[in-house]
Parts: sequence; structure tokens; C-alpha cells
Amino acid sequence: MASKLTRSNRAGWLMALPGAGLIAAFIIIPFFLAFTLSLTNQRLASPNPTEYVGFENYSDLLGLSIFTLEPERDEAGNAVIEDGKIQYPRLRNFTRNNPDYPNLQGKREWFGWQSGENRVVVLSSDVVFMRALVNTFTFVIFVAPIQAGLALGLALLINQQLRGISVFRAIYFMPVVVSIVVVSLLWKFIYSPGDGLLNSLLGWVTFGAFEGIDWLGQTSTALPSIMAMSVWQGVGFHMVIWLAGLQTISPTLYEAAEIEGAKKRQVFRYVTWPGLRNTAVLILIVITMQAFALYAQIAVMTSGGPLDSTQVLVFQAVERGYGKQDISGGSTISVILFLIVLMISLVQRWLTRERN
Amino acid sequence: MALVTSDNHGLRLWTRYAVLILVAVIFIFPLLFMAVSSLKPDQQLLSDTNSLRAFLPVGDISLQNYSDAFERAPIGIFVFNSVFVTGVTVVLTLFVCSLAAFSFVFLDWRGKSVIFSILLATLIIPYETIFIPLLLMVSQLPWIGGEGIEWGWINTYRVQIIPFIADGLSIFLFVQYFKDLPRELIEASRVEGASWWTIYRRVVMPLSGPVIATAAILKFLFMYNQYLWPLMVVQAEEIRPVMVGLGYFTDQLNVPWGEVMAYLTIITIPVLAFYLSLQRVFIASVAATGVKG
Repeated sequence: MASKLTRSNRAGWLMALPGAGLIAAFIIIPFFLAFTLSLTNQRLASPNPTEYVGFENYSDLLGLSIFTLEPERDEAGNAVIEDGKIQYPRLRNFTRNNPDYPNLQGKREWFGWQSGENRVVVLSSDVVFMRALVNTFTFVIFVAPIQAGLALGLALLINQQLRGISVFRAIYFMPVVVSIVVVSLLWKFIYSPGDGLLNSLLGWVTFGAFEGIDWLGQTSTALPSIMAMSVWQGVGFHMVIWLAGLQTISPTLYEAAEIEGAKKRQVFRYVTWPGLRNTAVLILIVITMQAFALYAQIAVMTSGGPLDSTQVLVFQAVERGYGKQDISGGSTISVILFLIVLMISLVQRWLTRERN
Repeated sequence: MALVTSDNHGLRLWTRYAVLILVAVIFIFPLLFMAVSSLKPDQQLLSDTNSLRAFLPVGDISLQNYSDAFERAPIGIFVFNSVFVTGVTVVLTLFVCSLAAFSFVFLDWRGKSVIFSILLATLIIPYETIFIPLLLMVSQLPWIGGEGIEWGWINTYRVQIIPFIADGLSIFLFVQYFKDLPRELIEASRVEGASWWTIYRRVVMPLSGPVIATAAILKFLFMYNQYLWPLMVVQAEEIRPVMVGLGYFTDQLNVPWGEVMAYLTIITIPVLAFYLSLQRVFIASVAATGVKG
């Protein structure tokens, strides 16, 4: 890249300065500031001085304990059973000001299971955050492969040589230029309970056998509904990137395959897919990054509900950092989010590395 | 694209078009529903969803929702703000990022490769992970205004513009494009005694139409559709962009759905029209982010 022309330090610096300076000021500094703030108790506006608190914010979010509850026993030592259920002491006896269990202080039950007579409980310092973490991962694990796969399908569909194909390409890409806020609001309407659009459509397709669902109002369907809508909005973007990848594959390879008498599936397996390697890596990384940043859909459609079933990391970061003006808490979630994104893109890069 | 190939015949051709059309319907129906519903009174809008009437401009059709929407919210101001903020940012992005890329590609200076690697590394930072510390930062930044130094950027145009002028992707796109320009052209001008500034302005930029369009379109989509950032830093009505203005309609006890649809149509149709008239360029722009990555 280096030009062999004379060294021109002054002009070079001057021309790069506005761009590099702005990126330093508004991306790099806030980025490092997030790490710093996550170690303090900084608030947006506070009369009290900011203090260094170490990793307290992290343990407040990520603190977990496993605790085994033993049943209440009668004098003979048998577990007390009422209404067919084994009776346990109340959890709060252990988590509230119990000097024998300082590590459980302030924690709440996240989930638990039965183990013989005992009940094992996983306690979390911040159950809402843990739900947000799990929901975000769930969202990414489903959306990334589905969206990438559907986008590839669309790209193959649109890569045919047919009259008017560019019209279809333009239509498939259309949702990409529409704001996710607009899309979310429209789909909120489509998902509405009772005679909503989706319910009516499904009722019509099944000749009335389908009973309406409150798609966004129940915990089992809320997050999947948001996933489906997100795929609908984003798939055109990645279709275009796949398409660009498809068009870099030399036509002579296809001609050769045809002469060899390769079947369609074989052509895809041995010509198309190997040619799409780099595109696949790029698309997976981009979709994963975008999916982790999920925010507007949640803010517009569910605000994290019902029962925290659609809480996600960015929404939590905003709710704390902006809503509750708890800058340090919001920054801590941002840092955790960034570290996850970084780790996953490194893993994806490693898994899809060239194996020579 | 319109080549007629050997297997373009009969039934197979029809099934292909049937699949294409079915998929097209999936992508169009919510937008069609939006535009059609904006013409209906609330009651009819809600009852029409149980039939195909939802997608047809039938029944009590009028522009009433539009005039009601304009009465409820200062839509003209919102649209102006969005267009202003987006326009200014796009122009500044094109200038600042192309200038930096020019320096990275054609000039040789100390520290260049280190700085370029750092800028590239910022591509992995999602904006969502820096908004909270950025919020704290902009709430305390100084600005020299008409009345001396002011503190805090909240509730201004600049807080919506300045943080988004420079970004790694835009610089990267320009760098990739500039690398493919014929180097002899620049060297010849240099020998003739042209300054770097002149070469940038007179030689390189006039040759850079495609990458300018790409960078402009990507930035335009990002800026016009921004939501989270303006939500956090803009409270005043006079500088509120369209996406945040939506709150005027949705934060009601009884959401006026007809007006919502009218508002969504107003803020979406111009973008869609712009896209459809330049769709090849739009699609090429997105493709450009992939090919060279």
C-alpha cells in the first residue's frame, strides 16, 4: 500500500486527521471508557463522587450459586409431605441476612430441579440479566443460521436467468431499506391477538381449525415471533451479499461440471459451495454481530415482556444506563456484550479457517 | 439478465415464477397493508384484518388519517430534522472518510500502517456497545457557541451528527476503491507539481462515483433509520427525528392505528421511492460490503 513517492508526513497526517480523530474520539475512547466505567459506580448525574468498586458490577450481574434445599423433616426424620408435595424451607431464610450463608446474600432463584428428596436451586444475583443473556444467545443461535440459510436460498432463487428477475430481487431487498422501528410496529399489528392478520391468515389456510394466538403476549411465542420478523427484515441484505459471492464464481466451472454430467446437487456441493467459503464466513460474522445488537424490535414490540421472556442484553444495557441513569451498570452489560461478540467472531473465524 | 435459456419453457417456467411471486408476496404484504390501512378509519382498519380487504383500498377511504396525524404531531419538523441530520452527516462522511482513505492509499507517512490497523479493528465494535459511555461523554462535552463555552451536547443537532461522521467501514470502502485506481495517474499529476489536495479534488474524487454512491447510501440508511441514539440524546421537539417522533402516536392510551399507519407511510414511502428508483445502486452498495470484506 505504501506509495514509493516521497515521504509526506505533514500532508498525510493532515488528511487522515479528521477521520482518525473522530473515530478515536467517538468510537475508541467510549469503547475504553466502557471498560473503565464498568469498574466504578458512575451515574449519569450524581452529587456523589464516582468511586472505584472493582469487579462489583460484574459479580452483581454474573454471580451464581448452586444451593441444595433439604426437605423439612418431622421428628422421625422423614420429609414432610403436604398435598403430595415435599415441603422445603423458604429460600429467603438463606438469602436474606443469614450470617451462615454470606455468598447467597441478595440472590434469587433462577431455576431449579429435583434431585431425590432434595431440591437443587440455581441462584443468581440478577435473574433478569441472566434471562436477557440466555434470550440473546437463543436469538442468535436461531436467527444466524436460519437467516443465512434462507438468504442463500433466495440468492440461488434470484440468480436464475429469467425475464424480470431484477424486479423480484428489488422486492426481496425492500424490507432492508425500511427502518426496523417501522417494521416492528407493523408486525406488532400483524401479530395482534384475536382477529389479527396472522391469526386470520392461519385460520383461513387451515379452514378455521386454527385458534388465534396472542403471539407477543405469551412467553412461549413472543421471542420466536420477534425472531421470525427479524429474519424477514434482514434476509434481503444477506441475500445480496450471497449473490455477490455467487457471481464471483467463474462460469467456466459450471460449464465444466455440465460437460462432466454433474447433477444439480453435485454442482452445488462441488462448485458453488466451495466458491462461497469467504462469503459464508463474512455473512455469519455480520449476522451474529447484528443479532447480538438486537434492540429496536424489543423496545417497540414487547419492552422485554411478557415475564422477561424477551429481555435481551442491549435492552437491559439501555434500561439501566439510560432509563435508570446507572451508567456503570449499563457499561458493564455493554462490555460483557462486546466480549461475547468478540469471542464468537474469533471462534467463527477459527472454525472456518483455511485448512491447508 | 433477460436471457432466454434452454429450460425456460412450459410448466417449469410457470413453477419458477409461482415460487418467485409467492416469496415476493411475503416481502410485500406488510408494506401494502401499511399503505392501504393509512386510508381507513380505525374501526374499519381493525375489522378488515380478518379478510383480504386488509390489503385493498375499499370501504370508507379518505386522507383523514393524514390530516389528523399532521394535527397530532409536528411531522414537518420531524421530517426536516431527519433529512437535515442525515444529509449533513452523509456529506461530511464522504469528505472526511475519503480524505483519510486518500491519505492511507497514496501518501506515505510515519505511523500509517498502525493507525490504519486500529481503524480497521474498530469495525468489530458494535455501536450498541459504546452508546452508554458515549452518552455520559456527550453529556459533558464542551462546545463553543455564541455565548462562549457551553457544556453538554444533549438536545442538539451536533450530538446526532458528529459521532457518526467517521467510521471504519466508510474509510475501508474508499481505501479498497482507491487501491484499484491507476497509480500512474496520480504520479503523473504529482510530477506536474500538483499538490496532494489538488490531486484529491481534481483527479481522485471525480473518478470515484461508484464508491461515493456506496458510502452515501449505506450512511443514509444507517442515519435515517437510527432510533436508539436519538431516543437517548434528544428530548426537545424541535430537533427530534422521525423515528423518535413515532412516540407521539404509540405512547397513547388508545393507539390511533389509522394515524400510526399514515405516519409510517409518510416516513417510509419517500425512502422506498428513493430505493426503487436507484435499486441497482442500492443493491450494488450492499454487495460491495461483502465482496471485498
